[in-house]
Amino acid sequence: MKFGLLITEGPYQHEASDSAYQFAKAALAKGHEILRIFFYSDGVLNSTKLMDPQADDRHIQKQWTELSTSNNIDVIVCVAAAKRRGINDDVIADGFKIGGLGMLTELAIEADRLVEFRA
Amino acid sequence: MAKLMVVFRTSPYGTIYSFEGLENVLIMGAYDQDVSVLFIDDGVLAIKKGMDNSSTGIKDFSPTFRALEAYDIEKIFIDRTSMESRGLKLEDLVIEPEIIEADAVEKMMEEQKNFFMF
Repeated sequence: MKFGLLITEGPYQHEASDSAYQFAKAALAKGHEILRIFFYSDGVLNSTKLMDPQADDRHIQKQWTELSTSNNIDVIVCVAAAKRRGINDDVIADGFKIGGLGMLTELAIEADRLVEFRA
Repeated sequence: MAKLMVVFRTSPYGTIYSFEGLENVLIMGAYDQDVSVLFIDDGVLAIKKGMDNSSTGIKDFSPTFRALEAYDIEKIFIDRTSMESRGLKLEDLVIEPEIIEADAVEKMMEEQKNFFMF
């Protein structure tokens, strides 16, 4: 199956990003395809390379970067949502790209299932 | 052409979901798909007329829902129970959605390819 993922919550505050990450790994392990992962609303905050959690905790941004680069998955951060939250090319981590909302519509058109992770 | 539904189910202003949902649906209009918009639960409050949130400092975006038609978004629905249980009538709204019953909402949802929830 072709999945699209939409994440609308920031890191650490809410489990949504963690759940999405676990879902993505499980789907890939089962042989499914992930067309794109789209971060919207506070979800864009998952992309900042400035996050610096304690060493015994998971590093949410690095998890996404690793998932994106090792599986060649398109990981998009919505430009409008990013700009109003201080996320731009200066702070965005490897593996993430800033893109327009049209890429979310395209994902909904192309994916068999768009799965949203939110509060 | 894909059947896509955008569901507004949270109240406006308390969180940004409703406003960013509006931004999303305006973009969707450019893609020539079969888009439906549904207002349900507290989401119906997003299109209530005469809101005055000037003291909050948050941008008043409810009137922008009037632009949906200009963006070729014509299938707009409101859940009857959600509307009536909040004391709203059609004339209280900034747009004129079609009133829809819960069983019809369920049927319409079954027909969709994908959803966006805001």
